[in-house]
Amino acid sequence: MPDQIKRTVVVTGGSRGIGRAICLVFANPDTRIFFNYSRSEEDARQTEEVVSQAGGYASGLQIDVSSLTDVARFFKTILDETGRVDILVNNAGIARDALIVRMSEADWDAVLNTNLKGTFNCTKLAAKAMLKQRYGRIINITSVVGVSGNPGQANYVASKAGIIGLTKSVARELATRNITVNAVAPGYIETEMTNKLSDKAKSEMVGLVPAGRAGKPSEVADVVEFLASEKASYITGQVIHVSGGMYI
Amino acid sequence: MSIEDKVIKIIAEKLDVDPVEIVPGASLIDDLGADSLDLVELVMTMEEEFDIEISDDDTKDLVTVKNAIDYIIGHL
Repeated sequence: MPDQIKRTVVVTGGSRGIGRAICLVFANPDTRIFFNYSRSEEDARQTEEVVSQAGGYASGLQIDVSSLTDVARFFKTILDETGRVDILVNNAGIARDALIVRMSEADWDAVLNTNLKGTFNCTKLAAKAMLKQRYGRIINITSVVGVSGNPGQANYVASKAGIIGLTKSVARELATRNITVNAVAPGYIETEMTNKLSDKAKSEMVGLVPAGRAGKPSEVADVVEFLASEKASYITGQVIHVSGGMYI
Repeated sequence: MSIEDKVIKIIAEKLDVDPVEIVPGASLIDDLGADSLDLVELVMTMEEEFDIEISDDDTKDLVTVKNAIDYIIGHL
């Protein structure tokens, strides 16, 4: 690990998909990246590897973001090591799709707990460190469907709409302390989550995108990088759609 | 430095006010200009400085400078 760590970045759900791409944009010798993963240790080690190859330093820890106790442990590990949290990206998310009449209570709870409560847990812990620093960037990954709605995804959409409300409230709370809080709303992005869709569903999705193609995880990560940079210092409480025009 | 002086120093720094204004009866919000986030930060700093935990319920009772000083002395 390099001696001169100037910046600490925390990314939830960093082992795969958009989360891995986000870790990658922060790969830099002066930046320490911590990410969590829920299941696949192999994927987490791969993220560490690709970040390392890009000249950065990332560590993945198995943490359940829906548990405040787990998240407190996660942040204690981070603060013990670097003493700072400059950037938090709440990216961890799961989907358990079903039509509302078929949706089980367990499916509802699982999605809300990981996506929305997980974002709350991490934001709460990071905000405490950021208040002391008088500096911070919080970027929450929501979804275009959190704004538009989507049949079969009442739980997912509710969690993503909730994240937007959380983003706007916390942005107002922390603005005077040089902490910005924004949301990024990806549309149809090629990830493992969307790979599970049938070919028919995939082509229907693309049909909804004016750009006529699915997005890449790196195209979402680039916007996260911008919002985390000094160039975005006067942007807070906003939702930036990265969707090829899927929702206009 | 006495507990009282330490608390006054923290309040002066966090609220950016002259220590002479920080008299026991001064209200943190009404007289010293603290907002709700300032109070949260004051509590966080006092927790660290004195190695104690101040619950959300107790935070509500910290209205004046004297309240804060008495609380710290009572919980050390």
